[in-house]
Amino acid sequence: MEQTQQAKRAIPRLWGGLVDWVDDRFPATETWNYHLAKYYAPKNHNFWYLMGWLAMVILVNQLLTGIWLTMSYVPSGDGAFASVEYIMRDVEFGWLLRYLHSTGASAFFLIVYLHMFRGLMYGSYRKPRELLWLIGMAIYLVLMAEGFFGYLLPWGNMSYWAAQVIVSLFGAIPYIGPDLMEWIRGDFLVSEITLNRFFALHVVALPLALVGLVFIHIVALHHVGSTAPDGADIKKHKDATGKPLDGIPFWPYTVTHDVHATVVFLFIFCAAVFYAPEMGGYFLEKPNFEMANPLKTPEHIVPVWYYTPFYAMLRAATYPLFGVPAKFWGLVVMFGAIAIPALLPWLDRSPVASIRSKALASKWMLGLFVVSFLILGYLGITPPSPVATAAAQICTVLYFAYFVLMPWYTRVEKTKPPPDRVTMR
Amino acid sequence: MIARLVLLALIACPATAWAVETDWPMEPMSPNLEDAPSLQRGFKLYANYCLGCHSLRFQRYERTADDLGIPHDVAVDELIFTGQKIGELMTTAMDPESAKAWFGAPPPDLTMVSRVRGPEWIYNYLKTFYLDESRPFGVNNKVFENVGMPHALIDLQGVARDACPPGAEDCHQLAIDSGSGLLTAEQYDQAVQDLVNFLHYVGEPTRQARERLGIYVLGFLAFLGIFTYLLNREYWKDVH
Repeated sequence: MEQTQQAKRAIPRLWGGLVDWVDDRFPATETWNYHLAKYYAPKNHNFWYLMGWLAMVILVNQLLTGIWLTMSYVPSGDGAFASVEYIMRDVEFGWLLRYLHSTGASAFFLIVYLHMFRGLMYGSYRKPRELLWLIGMAIYLVLMAEGFFGYLLPWGNMSYWAAQVIVSLFGAIPYIGPDLMEWIRGDFLVSEITLNRFFALHVVALPLALVGLVFIHIVALHHVGSTAPDGADIKKHKDATGKPLDGIPFWPYTVTHDVHATVVFLFIFCAAVFYAPEMGGYFLEKPNFEMANPLKTPEHIVPVWYYTPFYAMLRAATYPLFGVPAKFWGLVVMFGAIAIPALLPWLDRSPVASIRSKALASKWMLGLFVVSFLILGYLGITPPSPVATAAAQICTVLYFAYFVLMPWYTRVEKTKPPPDRVTMR
Repeated sequence: MIARLVLLALIACPATAWAVETDWPMEPMSPNLEDAPSLQRGFKLYANYCLGCHSLRFQRYERTADDLGIPHDVAVDELIFTGQKIGELMTTAMDPESAKAWFGAPPPDLTMVSRVRGPEWIYNYLKTFYLDESRPFGVNNKVFENVGMPHALIDLQGVARDACPPGAEDCHQLAIDSGSGLLTAEQYDQAVQDLVNFLHYVGEPTRQARERLGIYVLGFLAFLGIFTYLLNREYWKDVH
């Protein structure tokens, strides 16, 4: 009896000794407390605050499935397409790896768009989170490049022509355009050389950048803390020990939320992976089941759905200005549309952060922005027509109006004061 | 199953975006991968009528025989005409250079044709060859105009002619010269159905395994979800 009691005490003592030993050499407990056990988040976090975590879940999915796909993929003009079919047919569970990766790409963008929308709604980009927001924008840019490079790798006909079209956009830049195009492709047209460099960028360079940026995104987040959906600041009310009264520690409260959200997300994600991996041609486009053929242009060259809002804006620019062709201005509009959210921390002049405290003007502008983005996404996959182009032009104006008019409408509208303590709803 | 229905509803609308455009009124056709005899007949038809020109160069004989329930010795004797081993890819013996000289372009590989064009398109394509003396092979096609391919199944179907009166608008009719084919119209429909079924299988041979595994994965996640929900509720009881 006495002996078993002693043995029971021995295990915690042994564990404690081990932790002490590590802590003397590495900040294990300190890190655990700083980022998890004593990192406080507002206790009224809602659905929208799950997206950051889910984005990391997909990032891990992409990294793992990507590593295993790379084991069987052959980055050559003759071998790429065949090796993807080899993965689909001859590699054990290769089809599952491929569909997890291809569906994961779409899921990644969906989640990231929802994550960014949360930021717009609750003013997550505002002081002191400007750097956090900018790092997030950098992640988004890298993600777009990662998706673009990865899309060439199956070496299907749509891969090929989408790459051809996107690279040729750079040709519209005055003076350096043609040389720049050649420099990107490494050839006079998209070829095996292009495939090889896109492969290197997709599997080595950009994943490294992505993981690094995600890491500093979290470091920055944990330095400033999360916003609350109602704009309340949980750091204003602390108990005697310095613990925010309206906060809950990440471990275990946020974790239990996130774990359940992960399972629900995986259910929807796996339903797509197992029952609709092509998603009717949205996730895997039909012409891409045909091998790349420089002599056979697909009827409609369309990018994958997550780029289509920007593609629609590119096509919406139809007027040449200052003697420079419209294509160049389309490029400017497109990259402008991608980059302009980075200015948000300085465009928002509202005294309050959350949409809940803002007035009708902000709500309308955000609503119009979302609707125009969705319509642009739809227009980007439909073949061009005069009506579609006009609609795309209107939506492009609305898209930019959200940003350009923000300093004005956020300042003149009458806002409600944010609650002092968080509201549970 | 519910998830599957929801997803089906979700994907039903955009499917037209990449449909191959033709004014021929498409006869509806849906493949059935559960019908093993149909798949076996389709394989036999493909080996006899198509494989001479159109390879299935990403698909192996062995996995096809195994998936379709055909014993290896039967497959080797009845379906492999090239002297290849059963583990090999279903390539064609036709020399691509000569093929190009004969047809203008080498006959395309058809492993993925059902994923590119869809089973319904192939079904209608194989049923709409008709006599057209102006074409090099004497036939034309209603859903693939001026196709550079002879009607490979003409001895089964018989000779089809455009049955519309000259100058008629909105007329879509083909008529078979009676007695010119080995099969009746119903038998030919079945044969084409079998062939398309087979091509649908070859397009994604893991489809059935995927749909079977999916049930277990979703079932597991639903089950796990109950416990993660309860775990979350237990912890959050203290938070007000």
